[in-house]
This record gives sequence, structure tokens and C-alpha cells, in this order.
Amino acid sequence: MEAVFKMGASRIASAVNAGELSAKEVVAAYLERIAELNGKLNAYLHVDSTGARRAASSVDDSVVRGERLSLAGVPVAIKDVISVRGLPITCGSRVLRGYVAPYDATVVDRLKRAGAIVLGTTNTDEFAMGSSTENSAYGASRNPWAEDRVPGGSSGGSAVAVSGGMATAALGTDTGGSVRLPACFTGLFGLKPSYGALSRYGLVSYANSLEQVGVFARSVDDLALVYSAMLGADPKDGTTTNFSWSIRDAPSRGVEGLRLGVVAEMAGEGIHEAVSSALSTTCKELERNGVSVGEASIKHIGYSLEAYYLIAMSEASSNLARFDGVRYGEHPAFEGDWNEEYSRVRSLFGLEVKRRIILGAFALSAGYQEMYYGRASRFRTMLIHEFREAFKQFDVLIAPTSPTPPFRFGEKTQDPLTMYLSDVDTVPVNLAGLPALNVPVGTFTIDGTTLPLGVQLIAPYGRDELLFTVASQLERSGLSIARVVEPWGRIV
Amino acid sequence: MAESDHRVMIGLEVHVQLNRLKTKLFCGCRAEYQGLPPNTNVCPVCLGLPGSLPVLNKLAVNHAIMVAKALNCTISRSFNFVRKNYFYPDMTKNFQISQYEKAGGVPVAHSGWLGFANDSSERRIRIRRIQIEEDPGRLEHPEGIGSSKYVLVDYNRAGVGLLEIVTEPDLASPDEARVFIQKLRSVLEHLGVCDTSREGAIRADANVSVDGGNRVEVKNISSYKEIVKAIEFEVLRQTKIIEAGGSVIRETRHWVEAKGMTISSRQKEEEQDYRYFPEPDIPIVSLDEDTLQRILDSMPELPDARAKRFVEQYGLKSYDANVLVLDKGLADYFEETVRLYTNPKTVANWIQSEILRQLNEKKIEINQLAVTPGYLAEMLHMIETGEISGKIGKRVLVEVANTGLPPRVVVERLGLTRIADVEFIRRVAEEVFRENPEAVEDAKRDQEAVNYLIGQVMKKTRGRADPDVANKVVRQLLNGG
Repeated sequence: MEAVFKMGASRIASAVNAGELSAKEVVAAYLERIAELNGKLNAYLHVDSTGARRAASSVDDSVVRGERLSLAGVPVAIKDVISVRGLPITCGSRVLRGYVAPYDATVVDRLKRAGAIVLGTTNTDEFAMGSSTENSAYGASRNPWAEDRVPGGSSGGSAVAVSGGMATAALGTDTGGSVRLPACFTGLFGLKPSYGALSRYGLVSYANSLEQVGVFARSVDDLALVYSAMLGADPKDGTTTNFSWSIRDAPSRGVEGLRLGVVAEMAGEGIHEAVSSALSTTCKELERNGVSVGEASIKHIGYSLEAYYLIAMSEASSNLARFDGVRYGEHPAFEGDWNEEYSRVRSLFGLEVKRRIILGAFALSAGYQEMYYGRASRFRTMLIHEFREAFKQFDVLIAPTSPTPPFRFGEKTQDPLTMYLSDVDTVPVNLAGLPALNVPVGTFTIDGTTLPLGVQLIAPYGRDELLFTVASQLERSGLSIARVVEPWGRIV
Repeated sequence: MAESDHRVMIGLEVHVQLNRLKTKLFCGCRAEYQGLPPNTNVCPVCLGLPGSLPVLNKLAVNHAIMVAKALNCTISRSFNFVRKNYFYPDMTKNFQISQYEKAGGVPVAHSGWLGFANDSSERRIRIRRIQIEEDPGRLEHPEGIGSSKYVLVDYNRAGVGLLEIVTEPDLASPDEARVFIQKLRSVLEHLGVCDTSREGAIRADANVSVDGGNRVEVKNISSYKEIVKAIEFEVLRQTKIIEAGGSVIRETRHWVEAKGMTISSRQKEEEQDYRYFPEPDIPIVSLDEDTLQRILDSMPELPDARAKRFVEQYGLKSYDANVLVLDKGLADYFEETVRLYTNPKTVANWIQSEILRQLNEKKIEINQLAVTPGYLAEMLHMIETGEISGKIGKRVLVEVANTGLPPRVVVERLGLTRIADVEFIRRVAEEVFRENPEAVEDAKRDQEAVNYLIGQVMKKTRGRADPDVANKVVRQLLNGG
């Protein structure tokens, strides 16, 4: 039998449902794997061995009773900004140290009900603000592909957990690319759903109007399996919607006749040549399978980064106001002026978080609100319109996920603007609320280091299933293959 | 100079708790938080725990729309919520979910008016806007504001739905403010959106200016009863400053209920920057024609319509009808009594004189009065059948109000039934004649002296003698009978 940590979610679930493999065995194998690798990779901030073993035996009991669960025994990792009842939730921050989530996020609850087993919570840039996990208060995660390269962020811990074989699938969050970028940097499938497809209840808000829970997996089938277990409107999140498609059938549909548009403004200058070549390889592969490829234009997409950061920072400045030490976190009783105490507690935020709170508060302040937040919001409406126009000609768009392959630790930490530029290709999708998916597209080697490449597929709002159909074709043609990678760069 | 010689402008921001809803504005916790142990009526949403999201209570929107319609406002077909950002320990998220007319916000309703009768003319107070928002928690200063060593926070109230009703500065006197608030309360009670007698149900901030001087904002008025007191104080304070030749400074003051005065909040007058922006977690609310019509169709009778009906159905004078409907409890009381005793005018008179007197003396609401509509009707029947006189009736009503006993029991216990026994009254009259020989002499010429003698007979029987019998007997005795 194949090593458990290399198995896909469908495989594990069917083996557990059939009684060929127990959930307890699966969990034991993964806990062993984590014990072996997490010290090097720093994917998990908290491993819940006891809870995972307990959940596994409950799944095994269900199987004995004859129940069949779509994710029976599938071990998953949860980004540490999503609430898992009874587990610490720090958001990669010192402010929340000591806080234990008192309830399950809706997505976590739905995964558990489907038989998935939460192994633990994973590292993130503080409050999901970053593109490399270097902003985590608990140290950066490592990219198993190369010791000196970042895994991407902010959901880097989840990406590393799945790519390192320490989880079968994982949840991240994608506010401006935080699932797609680390998926790209670690060679995984990484989904950012249509806004409103998944519940945000239990996800600690960074920028509410932009973010969605997303999924990392090593195959399109696994991605579909995990995603569909969480779908459906949630009465606890007024921004959720029910979609009529079935994701589970999407991978098996054909791509013939689909129209693919390469976003011209994103494929031009400033793109690393390896990325450009991955993009054209992908297009050619799809063309061979009956897809027509053309050039799409989103004329004003170049302003997205500015608009994105204005909106994200504005919302963040308000969302993060609640961390004042009064109601949660390890903050002892104090004497004296409460304003001073608030300042003391809030000085625990890291530099990047402080920067975004201050800039966001500025962008919303009287006299500047219209110039910054107001204009960014109007741009957003315009961008949505431009995407809608493009989708009249194309079924799916394609663009780089990142202009460059994974960068080095420390390479961008000195200059925040350079770091923000890592998100240039991913943020338009969040502004427009569209579904997008990073597909791994081979590797390239530089100075003896092999690094993964990826491109993103973008579908019209509410047409997430198209992403699965196209990605599945790329997977079947052998171009998009995600594998477990051991440090540093050993594909197993 | 008298106060009335000064031109007074008062604008109100009235906060009305939507306390007839079962739940809070954005979660399933109870809207009725009073009397619960601190921090027991809370959940992740109203505590603002990380990851929780607000979900709008749709009934709150219905209630807001009914109020907006009753206040003749333009109702927005599409509106949203905004965040009002500021740090304060009674706020679980350090922002309040509210509505606003700027910064991309559209409130539920705007541009209306509330009318009431004042000195025989109709006054219309313009409503600038109505917005839906959440109540913060409550700070408790164990030893009073400023003198406590520590402050406690109770979030039981956090997230309860509020309507903020903002008027234009159209109120011209504290008395107008009193009638306005009364009328508003009555509208809210008729709509069934607010139990206005509950603690904290109606609170207000008042903007007061005198003679076109600087506007002073009076905050922290925590009940409808305090609103008029606070305004009266503030108008007087400003008037005195002006009459002494000074000028009023623009500032925010706090109404300190215990001291009965407004006190400067001594803050630097910098404009708070609330950094408003649209609340991303609550989708825009769009009202289609059918939904709106359904809500409007479900509206109960409002005070003005009810007053009109009182005039048409019961033949009341317009003034009397308006007095009754100014308090829904009083209007209900009237109609219930009329069902049991079918002379509406008599009922209305008794309510406006004796019943209101009892409420004022006892400082209670009509529903706390021991004289139920049943008791009032019973007593009116006794007067009608001559069992007791009207004058005795007033005494009976006081006794019923004090003891809670039925009128018949009160009358029997105190021996108040009317005396119609001619022989008994004749003996009393003879005694009166013996004691007042001069009046008897005068009575042969002077009708007033006759009345005096009759009055003395009534007095000796403590009002119990049948006045007709007393009259007849006295005249008979004077005529030598």
C-alpha cells in the first residue's frame, strides 16, 4: 500500500469507508510525519494530537455503524485565522496569545461533519497580512522545495503542510492572493472561491469584502471533494449565496469548445521568463484539447494594487479595533487610564499590522475618505464591469499567479512596497469577487535549485465549476501534477 | 425678561430601543436584557469575538419602516449599514454598526414630520432622518462616575436594536419637547415596536440654543421623563447667561440626573472623526414594492386616526380625543371602559379629571393603577342608578385606587350608599333648621339661603342624602309642612 501521507483525500475516504484503513491509522501516520518535519518547516503552530485521535476514533465508530462520510478520516490543517473549537487561535499575532476559540467556524464544522479530522492550526502572516509568512509572530514557515525560499503567504503554513505531506488538504484564506500565491510557490492546487460561496463565520476578519476561505490540495479531485463539503449558504454569514452547480462532476467534464482568454495586461512586462513560458505551455496544452485561446483585456487592471491596499487597509483598521485586551487574550487587569492600556495592548501588533491599521485609518479619515477609500471603491465597480465585459468573449481567463517564482527570505522584508507587489496578479480577482485557482505548471531550475511554477485560472462570478473542469484537463494531460515534497526539494 | 421672550430652538436625537423584538439586532440573544445577571445575555456575535459576523434581524427593518411611515418619512428602497469607528470600553468591536447619510451610507428613512396639537394650532416637527443601529453595552461605575476606583462592563445590552430619530431644531420650548416626546411614545406604543416604559427604552441627546446663540449638545439623557427636565434646565441656564450680557459657548454637556443639571463635559471641542464606511458584512437591503406594501398594510391604527375615530364613533370633542390618544394606555383604558359602560363622554370626563389626577399624584402609568376599566365602569353604573352620588364617586375612586378593592366593597365598607329615606332626611333637616334660625328666616325671601340649608343637610349626611329628596324636604319645611 502507498504511504498514507501521499494518499489523496478521495483515496483515504474510500479506504476508511470500506474499512480497509482506519482513521486512527491515518492520524497516527500523519502525526508521525508532523513530528518528523514540522520542526524544520514550521507549518503548524498548534498540533492537536489528542483531539485528532479522538476525532479519528469517532469516525471509525461511524464506519462500523455503516455510515459513509465523504471525507472519512481525511486529515486537514486549518489556517490559524479560522476558529476551531477548543484550539488556540492566534492569527500569527502576540495580541491573541492565550485565546482559545470557543466555537467552530462554519467551514470547520462542515468539514468535521463530513468526517475530516483537524490535525492542527497552521502558520500565517500576522492577521493574514503578508505574502511570505515572514510577518508571523511565531517565525516564518519554510518552503520544502528550497531552504532559502519563502513558501508564499499569508496562508504559507497550510501550503507547506499539504506540500510537505503533513496534511491531505488544508484551509487557507485568500484576501489578496493568500491561497493562490503560496499554492503557486509550493506547487499545489489552491482555490479562491467566488465571494460568498463559503461562509466566513469563524474566520477572523482582515478585509471582509475581499476575503474568502480557500482550499489547498494535491489534486483537483481532492480540491473538489473538500470544497463541496463546505459549500452552501450559511445563516450565520449574510454574505453567503447558494450556487446551483455541482463541483463534484466538474472535473470529469470536457474542455472542448471552451474559450480561454490570456489577460494581456498581466502577461506582459515584468514577468519572469519562466512564468511566461509556463503560461504559454498551459495555453498550448489546452489548445491541443480543443480550447480556443485569445487575448483578453482588462484595461484598467493596473490600478488594482493601489485600490486593493486602500480597501484592505481601511477595512483592517476597523476590524482590528476590537483587539483591545478587554474581552480576550492574556491581558491582566490593569489600573489607570484605559486609553493607555489599549495602547499598551495594541503595541503587541507587529510592524506590518500597525502600518496597515494606521494607513487604513488615514484612508478613512474625514477629508481623505473620498479621495482614498471612495475612489478605490469606485475603481472596484469599474473593474467588476471590465471583467464582466471580458467574460462576454471568454469562458475562463488565465494569468500568472505571481510575476516571479518563490523569492528568498529577507528579500522583500525591508521594503513593504516591494512585498505588496508580489500580490499584483492576484488582487484583481479579490476586488471583483471572482473565483480563481492556482494550478501547478511544472518546475524550473535556477542555480541548481528546482522551484515550482503556477498560473491562475479565473472564472466569471459564480462559475467556480469551470475552474475545476479546466484544471482537471491540465492534470489529466500530465502538465499539472502536485506532489509531496520533502526538504529540500526531494519529490517523493 | 421672561423666558418666553427668548427664541428657543431645540433639536432632538431620540434613541428608541426596538425592545418588542425577540432578539438583538444582529444575533439571537434576547432583546429584553433587563434584570439578568451581568454578561449572561451574550454570544460570540454581540461580544464581537474574533470571527463572528452580524446577521441583520429582518423584523427590525419592518419595525423601522413602520416608524418611518408613521413619522411621514421618505423610506429608502435600498439602504445599507455603516461602521462608526471609535474606541470605548462599552463597545465590543470598537465600532458601532449604524447608518449614515454620507460616506456611502444610506439610512432607512429621511425627511418626515410628526404633528401634534398645541394651543389649538397644529405643530409639525420635521424629522431629518431615522437610522437603525446597535446599542452598546453598559458601563457600571460602582461608586458613581468619576469617583469609582474601577469600572465594570455589562454586555447584556450590547447589540440590542435601536432607532435613532433625528429632528430638525423645530421645537420652540421645553413644553413642546414634552408634547413631542409624548406623541412619539404614543406612536411607538401604537405600532408595538417599543415598550417605552422599560428602563433605557427611550434615551436622547438634545441640541439647545437660545436667541440664535451657540448650540449646546446635551448628552446622556437616559429616560423620556428626563428629557424635559434637561431641556428646561439648559434653556434657563442659557437664558441667564444671555440676560447677564454673556454669550453661550458651543460645547457638549452632560445631563446629570441625580443633580438635576447639565455639566460641561470639559472635553476639547475637537470634532470626533468616526471614519464611517459601509459595513462589508451586511449586504445592502433592497425593498421591493410587495414587501414594502406588506409591511405598510400590517400597520395598526395610529394615534391621529384613533383620535379621529374617537370623535366620530364616541362623539368626543377633538381636544379630549387628542388628550386620550397621547397615551396609548389611556386610550385603551377609555375604550375598554366604554365597552362596559356605554356613555363615552362621561368616561372621557372621568378619565381626564379623576383618573389623570390619580396618575399624577401617584406618579404611575395607567396600567399600574388599581382602578381597572371594570372598576371604573362599575362605579359609573352605581352613580347612574343613584346608588351613590357623583361626589361620593370621586371619594370611592380614591379609595379604590388606594386599596385595590372593588368599588362596591368600598361603598359598603365606608357606608357611602345614598340615603333616600324621607323620614331620616326630615329629622336631619329639622336639626339644621333649629341650628340656623336666621337662615330659615331669610329663606322665606332669598333662594340662596334655601340652597344654604339644603347644603347643610347634605353636609350633615356627608353627601349621602339624595339631593332631590333633601331639596323637597327643605322646601316642605319652609312652607310649614
